[in-house]
Amino acid sequence: MTEEKQEEANELDQEKTENSIEENSKETQSNEITEDKSDNSNAEPQENKETESLSEPTNNESTHSESSIPKERKLVIPGEIIVSAEDNLPGDFTRNQDGNIVATRYGLAETYNRVVRVIPISGVFEPRRGNTIVGRVEDINFSGWSINIGGPYNAFLPLVECPRFINRNNIEDFATVGDVLAMKILGVKRGSVDLTLKSRGLGKLEGGRLIKINPHKVPRVIGKEGSMINLIKENTGTEIMVGQNGFIWLTGELAGEIKAEAAIDLISQESTSSGLTEKVEEFLKNYKDGEK
Amino acid sequence: MNLPTINKKRITELLKQDKRLDGRTPFQYRDIKIETNVSNKAEGSARVTIGKTEVIAGVKMATQTPYTDHDDEGTMTTSMELSPICGERYELGPPKINAIEIARVVDRGLRESGFIDWKKLCITPKEKVWSINIDIYCINDDGSALDASALAALVALKTARFPEYDKETDTINYGEFTDTPLPLTKNQALSMTFYKIGDSLILDPNREEEDASEARLTLAIAKPEKDRIISAMQKGGQTPMTADELIKIIEQSEKNYDEKFPEIEKKIKDLMK
Repeated sequence: MTEEKQEEANELDQEKTENSIEENSKETQSNEITEDKSDNSNAEPQENKETESLSEPTNNESTHSESSIPKERKLVIPGEIIVSAEDNLPGDFTRNQDGNIVATRYGLAETYNRVVRVIPISGVFEPRRGNTIVGRVEDINFSGWSINIGGPYNAFLPLVECPRFINRNNIEDFATVGDVLAMKILGVKRGSVDLTLKSRGLGKLEGGRLIKINPHKVPRVIGKEGSMINLIKENTGTEIMVGQNGFIWLTGELAGEIKAEAAIDLISQESTSSGLTEKVEEFLKNYKDGEK
Repeated sequence: MNLPTINKKRITELLKQDKRLDGRTPFQYRDIKIETNVSNKAEGSARVTIGKTEVIAGVKMATQTPYTDHDDEGTMTTSMELSPICGERYELGPPKINAIEIARVVDRGLRESGFIDWKKLCITPKEKVWSINIDIYCINDDGSALDASALAALVALKTARFPEYDKETDTINYGEFTDTPLPLTKNQALSMTFYKIGDSLILDPNREEEDASEARLTLAIAKPEKDRIISAMQKGGQTPMTADELIKIIEQSEKNYDEKFPEIEKKIKDLMK
């Protein structure tokens, strides 16, 4: 028993030193692509591209012009005509209607190699294989935990996907209703999501608290290769774990925590504006305690 | 989604040091904004925002036959709705238990303080009296919807004007207002709700704090003359409150009334001009 506890403590320590999940998720995501191509050729690489491209404009301006990133993005609402379909092809979240490309979601429209697509900026979380997510235990049954991942689907974490031995009769010893876990999506079936804990940096989150943002704003909160989240972490002295589903776990001193939350709020409010990194940098520099 | 255990633990632990997650002190309110005449169809209306919580209250007048045990007094009904617009946790349909409770607590605060002069609402004894309908709608629920509702209902009543009424045909000409205000007294009861989280007490919780709380106590306090009068009380939640806590609440409510309510009353007065 004591050994087990020691193990758990080690695990937790490891978690803290591992500098949180989102860099991990980047890593694992890119590893996963090759694997994904076999069975789900569209979904995963696109998702990855989306994450990259969304965070790119916050980076250096000079890389902008020469990269393949489109020059302008237009805010569109569902049903809005983006461009004529004569020279362009409809991509993600668009359709061809009477010779025009029309948006089907609220988001930013962009053209890339004649393909027009919309990056949605609102809506529910759409689980994809390989996403690292944070969720709350809603229910326990004999074979695992039912998890709320903040989407329209139920997620299930089976007992066998837990990396260490858990007594089948006392599942709630590891995680009980109300506990928060960092997990990875193992697969998405029709109407159900399977989760796993078998990866680096995953497990139960102790202390701190959970806040929620719109899942479509997660790429901006993380920034390119975690630049934005690292900026917030360094300036506030907090530990932050961002799930792809928009659930963010943060812990630290109260003042830093409030500051980090305010910065995340700012990002999700201004997620469509350019030069966000500078804005957040300035915000963190000028932030005074007690200010909301 | 229900509140994660870690969030509740964090809130409880911080409250032991008299700290809150948004930087407030336990008995500090968020900004209170009051707006009147938000509806041009209602006889009286008000919008109250406390932080991000937003509530609209409207007063509608009608006539009815009086109840036989109070045959020369007007009547009042209060209803409250928490629709999906104010939070993802609420569903469409008839008001559920928490909305009904808010309506009843607001109703009791106004009724028991003697804020309305019922006798003056009588048109013909035993035959016809005015009835006041207060409708409360929550637009955004970020905690403290109860206090906001009570304040909105009070302000709406204060701004209300009788509609034109033809006594002979017993018809109300809705849309045409007279200049006669409702017969109100000095007993303005303002509600404040204390929430118990762990062993601490707070005022004006936000959504998470309200979810973390185990019990609450609403007080409707009026100050017609020199003395403050508690005219209504309502306890909610599963956990009991000790006698010591009750004494602490009453002491704090007096302090709070003197601190906060002159400010609110001034706001209301400014709006009435």
